[in-house]
Amino acid sequence: MTEITPAPTPALDTTARPALLEARHVSKYFGSVIALKDVSLQVRAGEVTCVLGDNGAGKSSLIKILSGVFPPDEGEILVDGESTTFAGPREARAQGIATVFQDLATVPMMSIWRNFFLGQEPTRRVGPINLLDLDRAKATMKAEMAKMGIDVSDPNQNVGTLSGGERQAVAISRAVYFGARVLILDEPTSALGVRQSGIVLRYVIQARDMGRGVILITHNPHHAYPVGDQFVLLKLGHVLGSFTKDEISITDLTQMMAGGEELAQLSHELRRMGADQPALQQVARELAEEAARTAPGNSEA
Amino acid sequence: MDVTLPPGQPAPAAAPNGRVVSARLGTRLLRRPEVGAALAAIAIFMIFAVDPVSRELWLSQNGLVGWLSQAWQFGIMAVPVGLLMIGGEFDLSAGVMTGSAAILMGLLAKGFGWNIWLCIALSAVFAIVVGLINGLLVVKTRLPSFIVTLATFFVLRGTSVGLVEALNSNSTVVTVLTPPPGTDVARAVFGGSIGSAPAYPIAVAWWLIVTVVGTFLLSRTTFGNWVFAAGGDPNAARNVGVPVGSTKIVLFIGTALGGWLVGTIQFTAGLSAVSEQGVGYELYYIVAAVVGGCLLTGGYGSVVGASIGAAIIGMALQGVIYAGWPSQWGFAFLGVLLLFGVVVNAVTYRQAQRARR
Repeated sequence: MTEITPAPTPALDTTARPALLEARHVSKYFGSVIALKDVSLQVRAGEVTCVLGDNGAGKSSLIKILSGVFPPDEGEILVDGESTTFAGPREARAQGIATVFQDLATVPMMSIWRNFFLGQEPTRRVGPINLLDLDRAKATMKAEMAKMGIDVSDPNQNVGTLSGGERQAVAISRAVYFGARVLILDEPTSALGVRQSGIVLRYVIQARDMGRGVILITHNPHHAYPVGDQFVLLKLGHVLGSFTKDEISITDLTQMMAGGEELAQLSHELRRMGADQPALQQVARELAEEAARTAPGNSEA
Repeated sequence: MDVTLPPGQPAPAAAPNGRVVSARLGTRLLRRPEVGAALAAIAIFMIFAVDPVSRELWLSQNGLVGWLSQAWQFGIMAVPVGLLMIGGEFDLSAGVMTGSAAILMGLLAKGFGWNIWLCIALSAVFAIVVGLINGLLVVKTRLPSFIVTLATFFVLRGTSVGLVEALNSNSTVVTVLTPPPGTDVARAVFGGSIGSAPAYPIAVAWWLIVTVVGTFLLSRTTFGNWVFAAGGDPNAARNVGVPVGSTKIVLFIGTALGGWLVGTIQFTAGLSAVSEQGVGYELYYIVAAVVGGCLLTGGYGSVVGASIGAAIIGMALQGVIYAGWPSQWGFAFLGVLLLFGVVVNAVTYRQAQRARR
């Protein structure tokens, strides 16, 4: 469990302990483009905060602010309840905020243990020279991966031969091992199949149960809902809604994300386009049904 | 794409879907980058051991010394060139560097009569500067090292020819007639040989040393980890704090110093240097590294493999002569080897990249 220093209770915090990481009324502008406007969110130890939004919702700008790539134009970032300005990603990392980017997490042609310790290699002094401590590196990596529920029988195996989900696990357990208190996971499931996504979501739960705070960025409400404690919905840089789990159901979440109206509209267009194509008609019917299911008040079928 | 995970479901410890399969020993062995090269080396050795014309000489000590005398210069260079390749870059100036380093020693020793060790040391400084320039140019301009070092190649080649002709009364060979102080020791350390009838060049020992040091650096040090990462995925490496730029600069200095070592050995052997020595050899080094399992795109390879690749080149070039084949066939042989090496590498790369989904 992570040590939390007592701090004055922030206004937004309903419990006694301050959030590990909090964004308060954060805005970011690129010229005249509003990337983010008045976005607030927080993550506590042992909790998962999900940021949901479609492409262009401002998710990546939010990640970059939280991970210290650039500062917000308005609003503030709080670590352990204290207002902080990160000089860069390195400083955020030093404060225990680790971002696991989807593509840039690992080097495929390198072994699992080499990847695990890349940039922070354990060394052993033999005479005047520092050697890689191979045994310690491999043993530590195996132990850390076991905590994630993965049994690595061959530490020399290349990361490239691992599945997408297992690669995420390497990146996540590496971040946890090197002292991350807050894990920011950028679309960890977007390139994965159903089974692999399930495995990654289990790692999210594992990290949460180890007392870390997790910010899970995704566009898939079905991935977010089972693991999340709080949900922040972004659309075009604005917060569409912010809920705890007991305030919203998976159905409502899905509807807010995809928008039942948009599904119905799409179904209508497809039906008009492909009047003579049975396959398109079929897709249109299914979309209409989906829209009806997710948005009972807006039935068209 | 939807996954509904019942909350509170226990995560399986080492469950089948979270397991990492281990390859069988045979498969794992075949995946090692140097194994293909070792098999090829044995095959080539056998060809000349079986050929009725070359057999007797090939299996004698003289035959061994014959191809070792060819192979050492490729071997000493294949190691740093292979490391650089694993780090994701090329050095086309590596061949001409061997000649330039020797020329510089020759001009200094002849012109000033300085102690040979001073000439050797100054030449090393020159090599470090060339490597530094190569590295800085590649890292700062982000141009392909292929082009940057091709430019260095032409500059070094032109300068050494021009300088020699200007300072050496239009001769392309710099010969130091009166041995400068320290020559005996320097020759014993670098350019000499052990034994007489079959005289083993000391350079072969340098080849072994360089191979051992290179292997050690690559597999047992933090720097080696950075080399793999710099070539494998520089962005990922930077994201986890690996100094990719400095790593590459050090590697370029390494190839230049390799050239300096070869130049020192060649110069101290006969106290003479030829102005176009080593031109064209840069391709042999790359062939050796590729045949030895270093990936052209970087991120993968083996120092031992590159060294074996150099042995293969030495054997091929010398064996063709022993067998009495027209020497041009040696090049055809190398071409086939290169192709073979690249195909094996491509298969290895795909194997390593293949993800289980």
